Amino acid sequence: MDAIFAQATASGRAGVSIIRLSGHQAFDIASKLCNIPTCGRLALRSIKDPNGDLIDRALVLCFDHGASFTGERVVEFHVHGGLATVSKLLAELSKSDGCRLALPGEFTRRALENGNLDLNQVEALSDLIEAETELQRKQAMQVLDGHFSEAGRIWKEKLLRAVALLEASIDFSDDEIPADLHIEVRSIVEATASSIMAVLERSVMASKIRQGFTVAIIGAPNVGKSTLLNSIAGRDVAITSDIAGTTRDVIEVRIDLNGLPVTFMDTAGLRETDDYIEKLGISMSYKRSEAADVRVFLVDSEEDELLISKEPGDIVVQSKADTRDVSGLAVSGKTGKGVSNLLKLVSKKLSPETMLDVAAIRERQVDGLKAANDCLSKTKVFLTQDPLPYELASQELYFACTQLDFVFGKIDIESILDEIFSSFCLGK
Amino acid sequence: MKHFDVVVVGGGHAGCEAIHAACRYGLRAALVTLDKSKTGSMSCNPAIGGLGKGHLVREIDALDGIMGRAADVSGIQFRLLNRSKGPAVQGPRTQSDRELYLQAVQKILAKENFTEIEGEVTGLLSRDGCIDGVMLSDGTSVHSYTVILTAGTFMRGVIHIGDKRVSAGRMGEAAADHLSNQMEQLGATFGRLKTGTPPRLNGNTINWEVLESQPADDDPVMLSFLSQSPSVKQVSCGITHTNQNTHEIIQENLGKSAMYGGHIAGVGPRYCPSIEDKIIRFPDKQSHQIFLEPEGLTTNSIYPNGISTSLPETLQYQYVRSIVGLQNVEILQPGYAIEYDFMNPMGLTRDLETNLLDGLFLAGQINGTTGYEEAAAQGLVAAIGVAKKIKGVPNIKFDRSSSYIGVMIDDLTSRGASEPYRMFTSRAEFRLKLRADNADQRLTEQGWLSGCVSAVRYRAYSKKMERLVACKLVLSSMSVSPNEARSAGIDLGLDGRRRNGHELLAIPGVSVEHVADLEPSFSKSSKATKKQAACEAVYITYIERQRRDVEALAKDLGVEIPKNFNYSIVSGLSSEMISKLSAARPHSLGAAKNIEGVTPAALTAVLLGLKSLELKKAI
Repeated sequence: MDAIFAQATASGRAGVSIIRLSGHQAFDIASKLCNIPTCGRLALRSIKDPNGDLIDRALVLCFDHGASFTGERVVEFHVHGGLATVSKLLAELSKSDGCRLALPGEFTRRALENGNLDLNQVEALSDLIEAETELQRKQAMQVLDGHFSEAGRIWKEKLLRAVALLEASIDFSDDEIPADLHIEVRSIVEATASSIMAVLERSVMASKIRQGFTVAIIGAPNVGKSTLLNSIAGRDVAITSDIAGTTRDVIEVRIDLNGLPVTFMDTAGLRETDDYIEKLGISMSYKRSEAADVRVFLVDSEEDELLISKEPGDIVVQSKADTRDVSGLAVSGKTGKGVSNLLKLVSKKLSPETMLDVAAIRERQVDGLKAANDCLSKTKVFLTQDPLPYELASQELYFACTQLDFVFGKIDIESILDEIFSSFCLGK
Repeated sequence: MKHFDVVVVGGGHAGCEAIHAACRYGLRAALVTLDKSKTGSMSCNPAIGGLGKGHLVREIDALDGIMGRAADVSGIQFRLLNRSKGPAVQGPRTQSDRELYLQAVQKILAKENFTEIEGEVTGLLSRDGCIDGVMLSDGTSVHSYTVILTAGTFMRGVIHIGDKRVSAGRMGEAAADHLSNQMEQLGATFGRLKTGTPPRLNGNTINWEVLESQPADDDPVMLSFLSQSPSVKQVSCGITHTNQNTHEIIQENLGKSAMYGGHIAGVGPRYCPSIEDKIIRFPDKQSHQIFLEPEGLTTNSIYPNGISTSLPETLQYQYVRSIVGLQNVEILQPGYAIEYDFMNPMGLTRDLETNLLDGLFLAGQINGTTGYEEAAAQGLVAAIGVAKKIKGVPNIKFDRSSSYIGVMIDDLTSRGASEPYRMFTSRAEFRLKLRADNADQRLTEQGWLSGCVSAVRYRAYSKKMERLVACKLVLSSMSVSPNEARSAGIDLGLDGRRRNGHELLAIPGVSVEHVADLEPSFSKSSKATKKQAACEAVYITYIERQRRDVEALAKDLGVEIPKNFNYSIVSGLSSEMISKLSAARPHSLGAAKNIEGVTPAALTAVLLGLKSLELKKAI
């Protein structure tokens, strides 16, 4: 397999740039450029091209096979961050035999291939790189750190035990197998099902944290929605004017609200109109605000009739607080009065009720866990029947394991037999 | 001597099935054995069938093999294991009279036309990389196009009793060492396995009065589809247990056991441990059960199932006599452990042909399996392979979704054997479909087309199928409301859904009698036919779901595999699969499926690998 290399830090001018080289032949390739240091030791080295010309004096760090991110031998060159320095070193590396520029994501792929990361962790790594807010970072870190995979490992270990107990009751019924093994099976299945359920329940919030929340600002024309959005954004993103119907498209602003990624949407004011374009804008407003996690109804006074029905979690706030004295929640987009109170309220409505815990985040994970849980529910029914249909209960558990396989990797018959043989003394 | 199509070496269970199948195909065949009188003998426990194993016997029988018939004629204690569980996991088993079994096999073989040669095979003859027959110790050459080697435990066999070591293939029979050496020169690599046998006891010296007994079933279930009922008297087994005293004797003398004294390097089976193993691995267990199985109706020899050992004879006396009922027992033949060569079956084709010499087939323990049934099934598979090779007969498809034989062949050729391989029902992922009761439906038709099933059996099978199809039609045409079902005593919620007979039979607790009450023309079917229809109804929804899984897999077969796809990254692929796939570089999953030896499990793994590759690309 080729050794691969790429600049690990962002491209452009910088104080230091890191170029990473990975592959079983990485040390040999690097040795042609400098005298490489012992693994794990950062050392200053002169990096020279084959003619002996100095490219740069740089810090060099080597990781041995099994001790690096990719699982292969890795050499890092911490060079001065000039564009020319970086491109000279990249050019020298590409001249080496069996050495090429890495494809996007290829270092991570090698980490996966070498078993350093599992698929869930790879996904989490991409989430971590994409993370914009503190909660997104924490959540991705939790998966990357292996908490989700660990939960999967425990479920699989438990179900493997349950399958082994059922299979022992089937295949070794003539041996001295206890008659009440199904009781342990039942308690394993129940515990696993409720644990999977808990993870699934957290998945809605988790996926929101990953993908972001939406908050729609809605109200009658000219009530000050665009001004409020500009105030939230801290800059002018929407055109404001005294003319009703100025906003026609949906305008979005993404902000970090106490760690939550939140997109605020300014929408066209809701009213009857003959203007074709405005009509389209209004119908878009309805659609988008329906799908929003929270709707902020901006009103002139609390007595105003709301134009769409309010749902739990929605907020009603009075506008233009700078021009008048009003009781209750009120904001002024112009002066910023009351805006931070409004944001606090929004943040409170969106905040996760529970502290961050293991959750299925991706659709792939959620689907797999749901399907596994369905199988476990059926297994539970079989386990309460008399006579107990062992082979059907086992079949459902097998289906459940297959579903978990899609999320976490494979359970094998040999591991089931291992469990059977280490638990019971079998053989007449 | 004439030139044969096939020479079968060894007259054990693999050899007997192989020679008989070769004759059914009309091949010119020879059987070479060390001792004619021992052809078909049961060298270990006197029982045939069981869980997984009973399934294999039924499949052998469905292809007109001999094991089931011989077991039925000699059966002295028929028991259907897992009778209280569902039909998919019920396994027919019988204990056989050792002498009657051997006679039955020899009688069945005597009807066929083949040459029987008594002698020791000391070498394989070859020409241009093809097998050319075998060489006997007296210098005789027996020429043939193919050879099926069923050497059992004879390949460099060594018997251990305490620190005594004897080169032997079975107690009192010489080992075959030359063959191992020659095959190694051809490039074979052998591993060592071990198995053990308990001391045989004199039944006249057992105090049966104080022991529990296990009788035969009142309603015996036969191993062969062609048998109706037992031929000889049915007997009971005795049951006793080891105790603390027994365990102490063994514990104190472990160093004298061949196994624990460091004399044996071979790997033994985990599911059939010696008594030494049991005591070491499960120190908390206060006692172990022993079945005292009569070896026949006319012999006083008893096989104590559960205490195989390699302790010295005097200690065997000591520990056996510490057991209730055996205080004054006399040992007729001491227990022993035997170590032997096996060749890793991963190099074999699915017909069990080696890559050492074209036309050389291996079957039985030499491939790392244990058990009469596993050996017999392989003998049959090898003979079918030979018939395909020589006469071009139609193939019989053995795969994981249609037979236990397929599961075994697949396991052996794709995963190899690291301990003696034994069949379990849990090895079959399509277990609900692969039942002992429908082995004939899965295989007999194919066997008939291939040419290894006799007209007599095929006619019997066809008649049975006519009755079954008619009965199933009646069930399909039924339309029963929940109220009507309740009137027949079926506990059913009033969901307003009308059900046919199959659906009714699939409801837990519904018996054939319930349905017979509702439909007079169903009640007219024979008892056996009704029972068969019920067995099939139980699993309809599951079999349908598995069929969809298989179909979904078929859809996935169109999935393309990138040219440079790296198989070594796919988790769950054995190194054998990786090298097979990497060498063949199939362009699609469908093409991968057609590669010899690539398993459905491997395909699923590759598919998952491809899917995760797509995911990774999206990163």
